[in-house]
Amino acid sequence: TCEYNYVLSCISCEPRVLSLQNILSLILFLLPASALTTGIYMIFSTKPEMATQEVQPNETLTNLKAESDTLKTKLEDERAKLHDVELHQVAEKVDGLGQFIMKTRRTLKGHGNKVLCMDWCKDKRRIVSSSQDGKVIVWDAFTTNKEHAVTMPCTWVMACAYAPSGCAVACGGLDNKCSVYPLSLDKNENLAAKKKSVAMHTNYLSACSFTNSDMQILTSSGDGTCALWDVESGQLLQSFHGHAADVLCLDLAPSETGNTFVSGGCDKKANVWDMRSGQCIQSFETHESDINSVRYYPSGDAFASGSDDATCRLYDLRADREVAIYSKESIIFGASSVDFSLSGRLLFGGYNDYTINVWDVLKGTRVSILFGHENRVSTLRLSPDGTAFCSGSWDHTLRIWA
Amino acid sequence: MTIRTLRDYGQHYRPRMACLKNVEVFVVEMQDPKSGVKGADQKLNVTIIPHVINGQDILAWIVTKMKVTTEEAQAFGTMLVAYGYIYPLQNHRKLVLVPDSTLYRFQTPYFWPVQKWPAEDIDYAIYLARRNIRKKGMLEPYEQQHYDNLHKWMNPKWDFIVMQATEQYKANKERKKPDRVVLDCQERAYWIVHRPPVLTFDVVRRTNIFLTQALMRSAVKSSVSLTAFVKFVTTHHNHDPFLTTPVPSNPWITDSDEFWQLNSRSVDIPTKLSVERWVLSFWELISDPRGRVDFKLFLKKEHSAENMAFYEAAEEMRWGAASAIPEKSQFIFNTFLKPGAPRWINIDGRTMGLTVKGLVVPHRYVLDAAQTHIFLLMKKDTFYRYLKSPVHKDMQKRALVPAPHVFTDAQLEANVRNRNPGISPILQWQQEEEEKAAAAVAARPIDVKAMVATNKLDRK
Repeated sequence: TCEYNYVLSCISCEPRVLSLQNILSLILFLLPASALTTGIYMIFSTKPEMATQEVQPNETLTNLKAESDTLKTKLEDERAKLHDVELHQVAEKVDGLGQFIMKTRRTLKGHGNKVLCMDWCKDKRRIVSSSQDGKVIVWDAFTTNKEHAVTMPCTWVMACAYAPSGCAVACGGLDNKCSVYPLSLDKNENLAAKKKSVAMHTNYLSACSFTNSDMQILTSSGDGTCALWDVESGQLLQSFHGHAADVLCLDLAPSETGNTFVSGGCDKKANVWDMRSGQCIQSFETHESDINSVRYYPSGDAFASGSDDATCRLYDLRADREVAIYSKESIIFGASSVDFSLSGRLLFGGYNDYTINVWDVLKGTRVSILFGHENRVSTLRLSPDGTAFCSGSWDHTLRIWA
Repeated sequence: MTIRTLRDYGQHYRPRMACLKNVEVFVVEMQDPKSGVKGADQKLNVTIIPHVINGQDILAWIVTKMKVTTEEAQAFGTMLVAYGYIYPLQNHRKLVLVPDSTLYRFQTPYFWPVQKWPAEDIDYAIYLARRNIRKKGMLEPYEQQHYDNLHKWMNPKWDFIVMQATEQYKANKERKKPDRVVLDCQERAYWIVHRPPVLTFDVVRRTNIFLTQALMRSAVKSSVSLTAFVKFVTTHHNHDPFLTTPVPSNPWITDSDEFWQLNSRSVDIPTKLSVERWVLSFWELISDPRGRVDFKLFLKKEHSAENMAFYEAAEEMRWGAASAIPEKSQFIFNTFLKPGAPRWINIDGRTMGLTVKGLVVPHRYVLDAAQTHIFLLMKKDTFYRYLKSPVHKDMQKRALVPAPHVFTDAQLEANVRNRNPGISPILQWQQEEEEKAAAAVAARPIDVKAMVATNKLDRK
């Protein structure tokens, strides 16, 4: 093939005159490789035949970039035309919130090292949590009993998820994999024996989540991609390319169509993806630093993000813009994890300065600050029926607040 | 918490030295003439490249030496290539370890990342200038881009750079050809790792396509969507345990799990709050397991239970295991779609035609059109009839309003001691599966002939 000849000409010393066509086809031939290894930034996956055309005579890189800039300005103008009111203006008619008494109702002690991630079971009382020492523990948070424990072969288990049926947990981290462990009623059974390796990435696993059943897992990784896997066969069903750096978090849409999810990454972008086609349908880039956590609004029409730039932001999906920034001058440390209350009125944010800030989503003000953890809060999630939320921290404990 | 990778765009961080020192030990061992990876001379085009190794051998060596599985060896090998200890000879930009006859070479220690000198822009500029001279202006597009950028902001130093480049080029010509080729390969591999290729035509084209699609998609006015948020918050205010104290009490606060018991799936009479929530939208109704039970009861009375059954079956196929798709699609076709099917669903001819055609080669999303049709039918028509139906009105009347708990301190302490362990979700799941199976059997059409044969329909 001509690509091979071109490469050979690099190795040998005879310079060969090669046409621009051949150089391009060489680049395109190499493009499908993963984002990490080639370092080529693949922003959006579209149908291959659309984007990978032969170069037209007057289509130079500068022309294309100019077109890019004009399209961007046009899009901004269109969106600005629709922006006729701010969120806090609309929220003026809404009653203010009273004082909140939120206390730690349970403290779960048992991890030997930093707690990195946790997830709730659909039965509203059980949780799974993972930590830096490789342990994944399933607790009945109501009674604070530990029900199951698994030791992963790697440290830094950064992602864990409870299956919708309540019969399995998934976890992964620095091993670049996501493994599913079926839980058993027998307390003495070694869960590691039935472990199933599902996802394989080329860099660490940052987040994982089951979709509407035990049979599919959505993962995001430090290699810049997200992927949808079939649990039974370990087959890759769909991959999502578009982030230019590590993807740190993801969340599935709660809507009735259930076809989209949002991911946030170190490239400061939050992307909304269509699970069926693998396409990025919307992208938001207003944060000033890595996005650590994204969470959908309960109605599915918006999502919040927490970032290292110490702000949480609300993005409206229908208006296609950022609508609120939750920040205070006194908050300097990044937000590691965010979640909404059941009605969407409150936004809970766990921060790296050991506190949890509670924001009024509509009015944009902070309603409460919760102290208790002795190290940074790494993960925070609301229980399925909204009666409490759980926070996990680097101080080795998990706390249930209500 | 973020874990930064080598690709720190803009800021050229040095890689983590500690772990790389350990890697270095391995790479040295790999090059050992007796116990390391076997290399040979490879003839490429006209030149003979010395000491070339292939991917398979590297992988096998790692597996034996480190006593790991092939997958782990593959991952470790890819790291060696990504960090530049081994470089591929052919696809020089694809930094992965391919376990077949793909050719690699060891990078000279001079270019190892552990060396203290960072990959300076000025060295890169000299390298590119030299390449430019050699290739007579034919650089690869990404290199051209880097070259243009460096030329722009290193302009004052440019004479110096070109001078250095010319000197090195002349010095290079003195070398022997194989040496030149090897050095060129090594240098190029080094710069691929430290200056990975950036923006290409394709990427910009894709951005443009994305932006065009975004422009075509209609967005909603802020006033409309923001008012929708306020409406959602207001309607759900009473259902949010953080805003309205749940009745009888929040289990986490009083240690009594009655709240969960009253709202469970199998309870006879639901709470008034639940019933109010079902009214908010069709989605809220079927998301609550108890609500779905009620809705199915109503559908049975209306003789349109097949709609919900089809919706559930389609959901199961969409989110289920890939291996179950052919079997499920066959079952769904036989039960719901084929003409004369026992639970035939009423969808328009066009959708039916598309679905049946798609079922020839079933895939996960083949029922999407039919499922959406049925869902919208239930949402826009059946749901409103349900709200007006005697089933629902009766439920509203009978719904419980549990009295709020008033516990004394002593009772609270007792609650803490007697926290209900509840049922394990595994057991509950098994129960639900059994119920589903029983329901599926009950829903099967009655086979009249079989009943006659077993004398069940005895009319005497």
